[in-house]
Amino acid sequence: MIELFKNPSYDFIGKRKWAYYVSIVFTLISLGSLVARGGLRYDLDFTGGTLMQVRFDGTPSVAQIRSSLATIQLGESVIQQYGDAHEFVIRLPLVAIASDEVARRVQGALGSDAALGRFEIRRVEFVGPQVGRDLQLQAVYLVLAGLVWIAVYIGFRFDLRGGVAAVIAVCHDVIVCLGALSLTNREFSLPVLAALLTIIGYSVNDTIVAYDRLRENRGKFVPKGRTFAQQMNDAVNQTLSRTILTSLTTFFSAAVLLFFGGKTLEDFAFVLFVGVITGTYSTTYVAAAIVVDWAQYVEGHLRRGRKAIAKA
Amino acid sequence: MPRNLWPRSIVVLVVFLGSVWYLYPPKTTINLGLDLQGGIHLVLGVEADKHVASQTDRAAEDLKAQLERKGIAIKRIAREGNATIAVELASPQTWNDFLTVLGEFQRFERRDEDPVAGRVKLVMSEKEVARLHDDAVRQALETIRNRVDQFGVAEPTITRQGADRILIQLPGVQDPARAKALIGRTALLEFKLLDERTPVEEALKGNLPETSDVLYQRRVDKETKTERKIPFVVQKRSLLTGAELTRAEVQADPNSPGNWQVAIEFTATGTRIFGEVTEQNVGKHLAIVLDGNVYSAPRINERIPGGRAVITGQFTVDEARDLAIVLRAGALPAPVTILEERTVGPSLGADSIRQGLIAITASAAVVFVFMLFYYRLSGLIADVALGLNLLILFAAMAAFGATLTLPGLAGIALTVGMAVDTNILIFERIREELRLGKTPRAAIEAGFRRALRTIIDTHLTVMGTALILLSFGTSSVKGFGVSLFIGLLGSLFTAYFFTRLLFDLVYMGRRKVETISI
Repeated sequence: MIELFKNPSYDFIGKRKWAYYVSIVFTLISLGSLVARGGLRYDLDFTGGTLMQVRFDGTPSVAQIRSSLATIQLGESVIQQYGDAHEFVIRLPLVAIASDEVARRVQGALGSDAALGRFEIRRVEFVGPQVGRDLQLQAVYLVLAGLVWIAVYIGFRFDLRGGVAAVIAVCHDVIVCLGALSLTNREFSLPVLAALLTIIGYSVNDTIVAYDRLRENRGKFVPKGRTFAQQMNDAVNQTLSRTILTSLTTFFSAAVLLFFGGKTLEDFAFVLFVGVITGTYSTTYVAAAIVVDWAQYVEGHLRRGRKAIAKA
Repeated sequence: MPRNLWPRSIVVLVVFLGSVWYLYPPKTTINLGLDLQGGIHLVLGVEADKHVASQTDRAAEDLKAQLERKGIAIKRIAREGNATIAVELASPQTWNDFLTVLGEFQRFERRDEDPVAGRVKLVMSEKEVARLHDDAVRQALETIRNRVDQFGVAEPTITRQGADRILIQLPGVQDPARAKALIGRTALLEFKLLDERTPVEEALKGNLPETSDVLYQRRVDKETKTERKIPFVVQKRSLLTGAELTRAEVQADPNSPGNWQVAIEFTATGTRIFGEVTEQNVGKHLAIVLDGNVYSAPRINERIPGGRAVITGQFTVDEARDLAIVLRAGALPAPVTILEERTVGPSLGADSIRQGLIAITASAAVVFVFMLFYYRLSGLIADVALGLNLLILFAAMAAFGATLTLPGLAGIALTVGMAVDTNILIFERIREELRLGKTPRAAIEAGFRRALRTIIDTHLTVMGTALILLSFGTSSVKGFGVSLFIGLLGSLFTAYFFTRLLFDLVYMGRRKVETISI
């Protein structure tokens, strides 16, 4: 039998003070990056505009493509190599001209530049301003709906304290994922949104496994003198190998998507990749830690309250 | 065999065979999204306000004609905004006669009435405006469906989205630009007289009567691709529209070899009107105007009784064919604008399928090997369960007619990683029970029982977020939600039903079990 951990009894909860610092630092870095870069870089889906994916027979440079597009004056275009050296993505901002006209002009400009050689337009996406705004709103609703769902589910299955702590943990994960996006200068797109929602569901998974175990243990006999913090620590340790193993398999899947999924899925896979790591971490060091400190705070208050009554 | 093994084996067998049956052959049963098979996704916005405005215009014209017939002189009648007609009578004495005429215009409410000055504003009721809005979108939907049917696209999706949007998905279309032009064109065909009293040079300077407009004829030089615009001064009033059309056919243009024209035929009413118009205007020029562009303006030499006309414009055969289609299908009640467009070429779709399948295979391979290495025989059991899970996932997508998209493929790859979680939870629990000194059979029993609650919890939370994704309109996100949701449902079934069954088959036999390979 291969075992990662033999009866682990690491003191996770005892070290939570340090973990709080780590979490706060990561959250601040993420928020800092978001603020410094003026918010997220939104993808076409949210900003509106036109995107064209073009595959050339040859391997032109970005500068070459840019100069051939300069003649049509469609605003500040972003040209990026996409996948291999033959393929490029051209993004154009929203302009007053109709969408087909934009595509036609780009095609005309590329076609009239003999140096670029033959090419094929493989994808055209146009998102109007109204649709972009609608999607931005919907994205926010979606993430909020995800958080509410988690809070309600855990609040219902366990208790309010657990629900709130889980939501804080999930918020931490979402912020770190967004921060990682911002730090690596990636764009917030629809697939990224889907990945975030998945992480919201996934991150809370580990938390539930630990809570479930805690409750099961408390249902049975509790050794005398074991504090709530120690009980939580036991639950985390007992579920540790499962947590690590599942995180590993999910992590593998995300890594495979990141490395073999192609350019289209890259940002999506990146968020999953980061999210799996932070989701695993936040179970213990955000969710469980908050539940423990909350319980201790409440207990402390009660005790102080009792003392006050006794004195009087 | 101990316990209820037979019924459970049969259930699993039925699910397995059912899945194979639904899935076979995968090429035809799995519905590929536009991003995988190529095609066009369009969201059109219907400018329903314009329909209201044109209905108001028509009512204003109607009112004007009726007042003229009754001998009530008008100082001013004009549309204000989309749904208001402002009327000012020449003399307030005719106010009461005016009100009797208004009796026929129930759709409008009187506002800011001033009988002394003879002024009133007629405002279309809100209910009527809402009805016209709805009509415009429904008619546009119907017309577009008609056009697409005639164009010939296999399995198009054309549905209404929200109040004033239309979603169109055309899989496998080879020439997206042409399909878009066909769908998005208003195709309002009008016959109007030229205003031959106003010289074109004057009109271009802005000196033209209120009843006339400058419209252009566009001619593209096929060699240089440059466009020439020839101005015409045209009377605003349209004498006849494409609504009175019964047929539209493509013909070779006899006067211009290599070019094509569209021959049209009017309905009985159209034929009568066309005959009258041509009779009354012999010697004048009649402009054939399509969506505000002049196609030709031939001189009327004599009365044309047969109700036939041709539209020429140096068309290629495809252009002429598409024009005939839109004329037959009818005009859109209001212009449409493209709000969103996604066009994927077939070669990109093929690449995406390849990459998606590679990702799923690689993801499955890594997880398979890992499970086998870590849990040995039990790992093998989990792997078989995972295989069944993937089979069920694809079969369920085929059975429900769900669409497989690239994010959907990603969802499947991810499901592979998440679905083994169920097995890991069970196996780790069994190991724990073994450590506590339970016999193998008791450990298996307890492991499955204790893990169940946690498994349900973890599945429900992710399935909840998958449902939220599902409710999201955009196809790429939806596709991911679909496969994630079905995948987790399948994992719940296989891990608990199928893994358990295999364990029972292997360990719950008659012989004594000493160890578990886990």
